[in-house]
Amino acid sequence: MSSAPENPEKIYVCRCEEVTLDEIDEWIERGYDTVEELKRILRVGMGPCQGRGCQDILMREIAKKTGKPISEIAPATVRPPVKPIKIGLLADGGEE
Amino acid sequence: MDWKTTAEVVIVGGGIIGVSTAYYLAKEGVQDIVLVEKGTICGGSTGRCGAGIRAQWGTEMNCRLGIAALDIFEQLDRELRMSVGLNQGGYLLVAYNDKEVETLRNGMLLQNSLGIRSKMITLSEAREICPGLAADDAIGFFFHARDGHADPFLTTFAYLEAAKRLGVTCYRNTECTGILVHENVVQGIRTNRGIISAPIVINCAGPYAQIIARMAGIEIPNWAERHEIMITEPVAPGVCPCMLMSFSGNYYIQQRPHGSIICGMSPAGHPEDFENKASWQFLEAMSKTLVRLLPRTKGIRVARQWSGMYDMTPDAQPVIGETDVKNFYHSTGYSGHGFMLAPVAGKILAQHITGKTPDIDFSMLDYRRFSRGEHIRESNVV
Repeated sequence: MSSAPENPEKIYVCRCEEVTLDEIDEWIERGYDTVEELKRILRVGMGPCQGRGCQDILMREIAKKTGKPISEIAPATVRPPVKPIKIGLLADGGEE
Repeated sequence: MDWKTTAEVVIVGGGIIGVSTAYYLAKEGVQDIVLVEKGTICGGSTGRCGAGIRAQWGTEMNCRLGIAALDIFEQLDRELRMSVGLNQGGYLLVAYNDKEVETLRNGMLLQNSLGIRSKMITLSEAREICPGLAADDAIGFFFHARDGHADPFLTTFAYLEAAKRLGVTCYRNTECTGILVHENVVQGIRTNRGIISAPIVINCAGPYAQIIARMAGIEIPNWAERHEIMITEPVAPGVCPCMLMSFSGNYYIQQRPHGSIICGMSPAGHPEDFENKASWQFLEAMSKTLVRLLPRTKGIRVARQWSGMYDMTPDAQPVIGETDVKNFYHSTGYSGHGFMLAPVAGKILAQHITGKTPDIDFSMLDYRRFSRGEHIRESNVV
């Protein structure tokens, strides 16, 4: 007999940092309805993919919960590097 | 949210100093506190900082503040009913020349006299604390086990949520555009959303504090200094369990409990601007330092880099207290250490404002010390 998943309702929005939709909704309800704030509280979008997988979902959720059009929801600041780079490669760069 | 046109206390700034001050004032019984933040909560220097907490300082005042802050951090999860991500892996300070060993030893003796149990250790002891450390060119190591890390984001939101439960009102996206003063007594603030009348105003604007102060006609010699920082992808623990830090070596490196390694260095030329820019020069210089000190980091990937402002003062010690404008207070100028000192900074200013004797006498942090020439420069700063 296969056992049921631990929590069938758990929906992961940010897979890098394992942030669920319930957690996001809870903090939006507390009044933190910006990507920048939710990122800081929950680390949503702060993993190695830098929010590529989850930021659109997060912005749609904020729009849905606040009733604002998605065009009014500001995305997070894009920070370099665009893709994660190994420290060894960076250390070898440039001139000695 | 309804706009409040009056308050007992208005706090300018939604970083760690502002929210901590709001919380302790409310805890002391102040009923009607409004905090205004021009952007989002934790969106300025607090959310950009290196996340270290320590008591290994070179001036008596910073030592007293540092150890008192650690005492509070150790109880903070319970007090605020939320985890603040405390992880006490210690700070390991690394010295590369005789003069630096002397400075750090003097600091250690001062710390020990104030109950801070820092100690000088050997290279092999340092390697036990920080496995894989390559520092054969270093000549002295100092360690304090209760130093370490807390999460600046979680700490800020935990303080604010606790403050809200005590009745504090917080307006985000609300910019302070003027300080109302009548006959040298503060009357409230003007914002882009309207006026709030209040008998007490506290300037917790971090690197923008001198701009807010000027709105009341007060000059403080603070300035904003841009520092860069980066973080790696999360990896298994044990890469750098302590905060590895050197003032002459110009670095600080620590693995967070989450697994990512956060590290920074003091910028060349100490740019004084409000541009939160990130440079490839930093990325390369910091990576070289990492590979030299902790060779096994070379295969770890950098996930992100950014910068933030230190709110500097001429002696790298904060400005706390009332100004020449009555009931207009400052809590600023933390010079890169606002996060780690915030718990005690908020508490002592709240005690002072509510007429109690502060746990620590902070009268020497009056901003007029600079014009009197009474300031002593803190040595232990990256």
